[in-house]
Amino acid sequence: MSGMITSSIARKVAMALSGLFLVLFLTQHFFINITSVFSADAFNAISHYMGTNAVVQFVAQPILIFGVVFHFIMGFVLEIRNRNARGISYFSYNGSANSSWMSRNMIWSGIVILAFLGLHFYDFWIPEIVHKYVESHPDDSTRYFGEMVAKFESPVRTGLYVISFVFLALHLLHGFSSSFQSIGFNNKYSKGLKGFTVAFAILIPLGFVFIALFHHFNQ
Amino acid sequence: MNLTLKIWRQEDAQSKGKIVTYKIDDVSPDMSFLDMIDMLNEQLNNKGEDPVAFDHDCREGICGSCSLQINGEPHGPDTGVTTCQLHMRMFKDGDTIFIEPFRAKAFPVIKDLIVDRSAFDRIQHAGGFISINTSGNTVDANAIPVNKHNADMAFDAATCIGCGACVAACKNASAMLFVSAKVSQFALLPQGRIEATDRVLNMVRQMDDEGFGNCTNTGACEIECPKGISLENIARMNREYLSASLKG
Ligand code: SF4
Ligand code: FES
Repeated sequence: MSGMITSSIARKVAMALSGLFLVLFLTQHFFINITSVFSADAFNAISHYMGTNAVVQFVAQPILIFGVVFHFIMGFVLEIRNRNARGISYFSYNGSANSSWMSRNMIWSGIVILAFLGLHFYDFWIPEIVHKYVESHPDDSTRYFGEMVAKFESPVRTGLYVISFVFLALHLLHGFSSSFQSIGFNNKYSKGLKGFTVAFAILIPLGFVFIALFHHFNQ
Repeated sequence: MNLTLKIWRQEDAQSKGKIVTYKIDDVSPDMSFLDMIDMLNEQLNNKGEDPVAFDHDCREGICGSCSLQINGEPHGPDTGVTTCQLHMRMFKDGDTIFIEPFRAKAFPVIKDLIVDRSAFDRIQHAGGFISINTSGNTVDANAIPVNKHNADMAFDAATCIGCGACVAACKNASAMLFVSAKVSQFALLPQGRIEATDRVLNMVRQMDDEGFGNCTNTGACEIECPKGISLENIARMNREYLSASLKG
């Protein structure tokens, strides 16, 4: 049983499962955000629900934060171990002959996403926690839309968000279907899964880009 | 053709090693890559210099001895071949060719281009076998019916020659393709099922102990494998390992 935790296969399965969990979170986050394009009221209503529901706040949110931290720490651990496993590096290494850029640079796309999460927490999560739990404000279920739109006034912030979503797409292009291989799923459906991965990895980040630009240009 | 070779030279396991440049002229496009190194070594011998040490044995793609990272790819730019099957016609007159040993902490250099791949042997000893009684009443293997599809997949997995190109190609120096081929060839057959749980646990433990890296599914191994061993074997090994861990 101990191998379940420390073996190389256990690590890759843990990476895959935490990654798939984050993909699910990303998807729900996208569907919430996209409502802001159509209806400020709907966006406010959902945000208020997510921000005040005890299960979301005190069960789902800690699990999510654990998942994010775990995925990143494990990613760094794997990267360091894997660099060590080569020992002396090659003078000439033709990685593009046998693998995709995305698959070889998950650490770099991951680091950009991590930096983005820092900015995103600074923009939304920390102000929200302060607003709710540190300062005391009267309950206002209509504040979310205006607060969010205000953030996208800055072209620099909007630009940083767009760049981050491009790296998110690159990360997903390898990570999504790769997670299934890690948990042992490789069969006649794998080809279809690869196709779905490409569609998902492009459409979801593109949707996020659209939302950011939409609010930037509709100030 | 006239070529420039940049070859890793290293006196022994302890010394530091470096890339040394050699010029070689009149190489025939019909030569194999190893013939070309033989030709270089003859010239070095004639000059009283130390010939380049490299692994080789069968020279027909079945033993897995020949290795070499050639221009950044194990076994060079051709697909589905070992270095002994690689022809010089894959290169052009005037080319510069980098020739390095397979690199992995678990494959230490012995001399020049020769690396110690005994880590693979130790992984095999940890479980890459079946235990049978050979005292005279052994049941003929053919007496046990085997599903044709499984028999074919087991046979495909068994074509792995243990060359180590998968490790050399992988950016993580992971040995998953090799180990998964060895696990799969038994896991797919009834004779192998009996020891399947211990086999996968022990072989993976040995693989990790040897210091190979963690697989991140880049797929480089499958592309560079001279025998076309499929990534499906790695997925199968992951499944075998997970169910074995839950059982054991
Ligand atoms: S899996 Fe392929 S590349 Fe790896 S050792 Fe076997 S034959 Fe060589
Ligand atoms: S020398 Fe045997 S496979 Fe190349």
